[in-house]
Amino acid sequence: MKALDVTRIKADFPMLERRVHDKRLVYLDSAATSQKPLAVLDAMDDYYRQRNANVHRGVYTVAEEATAAFENARTHVARFVHANDTAEIVFVRNATEAINLVAHTWARTNLRAGDAVVLSHLEHHANIVPWQMLAAELGIELRWIPLTDDFRLDLSDLPRLLDGAKLLAVSAMSNVLGTINDVRPLADAAHAVGALLLVDACQSVPHLACDVQAWDADFVAFSAHKMLGPTGIGALWARRALLESMPPFLGGGEMIRDVRLDGFTTNDVPWKFEAGTPAIAEAVGWGAAVEYLHAIGMDAIRNHERGLAGYTLALLEERFGDRLTIYGTHNLDARGATFSFLFDGIHAHDISQVVDEEAVCVRAGHHCAKPLMRVLGVPATTRASFYLYNDEADADALADALARAEKFFAF
Amino acid sequence: MPGLEDLYREIILDHYRSPRNRGELPVPPAHRVEGFNPLCGDEVVLFLAVDGDTVTDVKISGQGCSISQASSSMMSAAVKGKPVAEARTLIRAFKALMSIHESKLDGDGQPEQDLGAQLEGVRLGDLEALQGVVKFPVRIKCATLAWNTLQQALDEAGVSA
Repeated sequence: MKALDVTRIKADFPMLERRVHDKRLVYLDSAATSQKPLAVLDAMDDYYRQRNANVHRGVYTVAEEATAAFENARTHVARFVHANDTAEIVFVRNATEAINLVAHTWARTNLRAGDAVVLSHLEHHANIVPWQMLAAELGIELRWIPLTDDFRLDLSDLPRLLDGAKLLAVSAMSNVLGTINDVRPLADAAHAVGALLLVDACQSVPHLACDVQAWDADFVAFSAHKMLGPTGIGALWARRALLESMPPFLGGGEMIRDVRLDGFTTNDVPWKFEAGTPAIAEAVGWGAAVEYLHAIGMDAIRNHERGLAGYTLALLEERFGDRLTIYGTHNLDARGATFSFLFDGIHAHDISQVVDEEAVCVRAGHHCAKPLMRVLGVPATTRASFYLYNDEADADALADALARAEKFFAF
Repeated sequence: MPGLEDLYREIILDHYRSPRNRGELPVPPAHRVEGFNPLCGDEVVLFLAVDGDTVTDVKISGQGCSISQASSSMMSAAVKGKPVAEARTLIRAFKALMSIHESKLDGDGQPEQDLGAQLEGVRLGDLEALQGVVKFPVRIKCATLAWNTLQQALDEAGVSA
């Protein structure tokens, strides 16, 4: 497989030319949000300059062009995750909204008091709180897949956890640990007991080739902004028949076929779930992001990040030894290039403050996964997350900045 | 551009390395209040003993960054043994130092321009070392965590004096 030309890729991202504290920006927070290539910025700019009109409304030329651009983006996203049908991609604001959509529509219709929803200890709040809200409303039971000592899902008790469950909702890749979960066996286990599988793919779709059909998932949620696209748009994938069986989510324009004083009928999927004027420019930008990723190749990106993960793990171990604890597996087949770590005696907040002086951007805190932090027994971690535009020089810059932080707080 | 030395003053690092009044107090008679910084997961557990109008003892446990830990330590040293009224004035003075002016929102009818007059003569001493935090807005919540927790503890202890 051809290695990525990271120098060339970096040149596509205007943000990476920025200097902070008169130093080269070392952006290692792509698990929070990715930077955007010129292709995405240009596509959105071009949309607003040349094609701006509302979609699915006007018959004038520009409106037709806007609608075509918007729906073309849907097609790109559908192909990117190997959907069977463009109607299976529902545009939402982000993965969080996609999961809430499922909770509000499918789950509210199909779950009763006493039914179980199975989650895991490594979930983001986005895949916890909607179910807790539903549990409070419907009296459903939440069950939790624990983690192994190697920070992977402990599936040894899965049959018991799934017994009587209606839904298994699990992340494909942890935003904290970097753990990659093998989705297909989870789908098989869920389906064996008649439960559906929801995959929070927010962290995996940007980094790993995604095939929702090979996963045999039922719902897949992901966001544009973590995969080179703009903020404000994401998608819910589900098979057409399942989407058609679900009641609508938000009410308003676009989602209706007809409205009379005494009621309404819903539009076809996916528009049935897209009330109001959608994020049109954002969809266009996302389409461009997907084209950009596709041109580089997801297998090449995965290969690059796997190499970077191995390099970074070895580097941090060599430079800091036992003084730095990485919360994540060392098995490169089971992890991406996201690293959460803790220094002996130095708080994550202080680490990220000092490394910022070196223009190294890392995240400090609980990463919207407080239950996981409690399982790990830590208040907060520092997280460095890499993407296709990062290279070994960025890992070296991180290690140098961490060494400075360690020296600064030496007791 | 503010530098690290504005934030991490030597006296702050000293309180971080050697925190004062670490530990716990028996509850009751002491009051135990937890404060959380939702941003970073920092946690301050404050034990407050009040006798009449006096803060007789303060202990701090929990975990957090250097700023929240140093601020907790300095707060405990500043209010221990002081009258409750003085502790409350210190809370206001410290928040003013952090550029947080809550007097109007407190519903006590004190216009903001009077705050300076009210706080005139209040000596923050070592606490002024935390002023550099203002240049790092994200960290203001770290510095104020212990003080908000103290305020809550005083309220729960029912000592409004």
